[in-house]
Amino acid sequence: MSEQLRVKTMQDFMAEGKQPEILFWVGSAGSYDDRAKKITRAFVKLLNKAGVDFAVLGTEESSTGDVAKRAGNEFLFQMQAMMNIELLNGYEIKRIVTCDPHSFNTFKNEYPDLGGNYDVIHHTEYLKELMDNGRLTITGEGHKGKRITFHDPCYLGRANAVYDAPREVLSKTNAELVEMKRHKKTALCCGAGGAQMFKEPEKGDMEVNVLRTKDALETNPNIIATGCPYCNTMMTDGIKAHHKEDSVTVMDVAELLATSQGL
Amino acid sequence: MEYLPNIIFAVALIIGVGFFARNVKRLSRNIKLGKDAEVSDNKPLRWKNMVRIALGQTKMVVRPIAGIMHIIVYVGFIIINIEVLEIVLDGLLGTHRLFSPLGSLYNFLIGSFEVLALLVIIAVVVFWIRRNIIRIQRFIKPEMEGWPKTDGNMILYIEFVLMTLFLTMNAADFQLQQLGAEHYVKAGAFPVSQFIVPLLEGLPESSLIMVERTAWWLHILGILAFLNYLYYSKHLHILLAFPNTYYGKVKPLGEFNNLESVTKEVKLMMDPDADPFAAPAEDDVAEPEKFGASDVMDLNWVQLLNAYTCTECGRCTSECPANQTGKKLSPRKIMMDTRDRLEEVGKNIDANKGEFVSDGKQLLDDYISREELWACTTCNACVQACPVSIDPLSIIVEMRRYLVMEQSAAPTELNNMMSNIENNGAPWPYNQMDRLNWVNE
Repeated sequence: MSEQLRVKTMQDFMAEGKQPEILFWVGSAGSYDDRAKKITRAFVKLLNKAGVDFAVLGTEESSTGDVAKRAGNEFLFQMQAMMNIELLNGYEIKRIVTCDPHSFNTFKNEYPDLGGNYDVIHHTEYLKELMDNGRLTITGEGHKGKRITFHDPCYLGRANAVYDAPREVLSKTNAELVEMKRHKKTALCCGAGGAQMFKEPEKGDMEVNVLRTKDALETNPNIIATGCPYCNTMMTDGIKAHHKEDSVTVMDVAELLATSQGL
Repeated sequence: MEYLPNIIFAVALIIGVGFFARNVKRLSRNIKLGKDAEVSDNKPLRWKNMVRIALGQTKMVVRPIAGIMHIIVYVGFIIINIEVLEIVLDGLLGTHRLFSPLGSLYNFLIGSFEVLALLVIIAVVVFWIRRNIIRIQRFIKPEMEGWPKTDGNMILYIEFVLMTLFLTMNAADFQLQQLGAEHYVKAGAFPVSQFIVPLLEGLPESSLIMVERTAWWLHILGILAFLNYLYYSKHLHILLAFPNTYYGKVKPLGEFNNLESVTKEVKLMMDPDADPFAAPAEDDVAEPEKFGASDVMDLNWVQLLNAYTCTECGRCTSECPANQTGKKLSPRKIMMDTRDRLEEVGKNIDANKGEFVSDGKQLLDDYISREELWACTTCNACVQACPVSIDPLSIIVEMRRYLVMEQSAAPTELNNMMSNIENNGAPWPYNQMDRLNWVNE
């Protein structure tokens, strides 16, 4: 067991009769996927360092239903959404932060219509906010001398026009930021969206993640940064397909900020 | 007999415009076959989008070469229409160069029309070369074989011929003016057509009048014919781009609509006071609403307007991750299929006295295959790329909804994923009680 994280659930807060500043929606990938759990832990280390009074739902959390909606199962999506909304509204949640752009998108855009109105932010936006208001101070050399290229997750970038926050956070690590030829609005998908993560791709002559990793490798980076657990998986597999796993790593923005501070 | 040309002209004009009006009516009837769409919100933003995207061509110049060439043709088309107004009035009234009393302004206008006409000719030639010699990838995809390819070239030929006729007419006119021919008032500036004049030199006045009149008539009849070609062509975008950008998506691209019919059912299921054995109310005889879309009538009218607006430029397809990696999906084909099926349904209605009689066909499977639908990553690259705010993704999602909710026909792996969510609240088969294990790992 590594360093102890300070994590409280909503039930803990209720028992104390208090409200957290923010709810951290961990998401299914962040809860179960071995790679994504590292992102969750890195983000929590930063929240702990900044002294943020946050809560998680823990075992009360369930799927947002986002992936069911993209697959066409509106029924399952709305079932999940209404259950979650009942829970979140019961706890009087006002503000939600998440490391998953897919949860971010559906909370922000699709839940309000069903009765779930929250201030929803992506973890890269929240990290920027913590740094901007001085709660999270960044010191030291960080990743000086490293070349980082940021892959825009579709549901953060094109879908919700969040392009600057992850880049600003990355710039705080003192790394050299290089852009891929296709970035921001024209960024190519990693191949996981629209429920593709959970199925074999249709017949073609290449995998989408291999093509996108090619874009990234053309910038000759040490690190490919992402802000989405699914993009992370796809790009990591892409690196392997290009046999570059020894020289290039795929990291989440939160992990890069945490490691730059020795966390 | 003096008024014969005026009468012939008026008849041609009435037939040309009348036919066009009939096609517009048919177009609007077909679009209205779609379901209602909520478009009354965000009016200021909608107007802004129309001005910026359609009038201002902002998304065209994302690809600079095609964008700038397109602006030339577009500006040429709009401005030269001022000249068409004069031609129509001349034709009806039997006058010649009715606007010439405008003097130096007239000269300036005619001069700039000529320069634009030349630029349009150059742009059209470049477009033709891009399609037929360089064979740019997005113009030679499978869905472009046959009529779509011919259609694309036809439009270029027509524009080339119209501009050439316009310049020929002016050249002959200019020469006639210099010869002091009767009726041919000295008016206009001819910066481009003056170079055609040497080809006409030595022709007697009567032949020059023949050339001028022939070019004049062919030019205006050509324009009327082109107007009526629009409906049968991808070229409708010159009109529909404006309403389409107005009615286009004004919400974040990531936001998919929540199906209201589903909301009703889910609320009922979650309501502890609902009586599960309640018989439907007596007046509730309406058929339950179909989930998703298997045919064009299941789509909303904005999606159908989208289909007619598509000019098959293929920017969506060239940005699509699935298409770039050799999958069958092409967002452009989704739009073309939707339009072609809608046309088929429209003809069926025309042939059956205003009623649609089932033809055993539908948009799903007969036009758009399941393989195409399941290849989409919902990344919105196609929506972002479209220069006229078409949303192919919304059609793909609507058809997936039909497959999943009406047919239970999702790919097996997705069915597994969905039953995991149903059983344990995650797309993987893990216990919900383990959700917090990451804290201590």
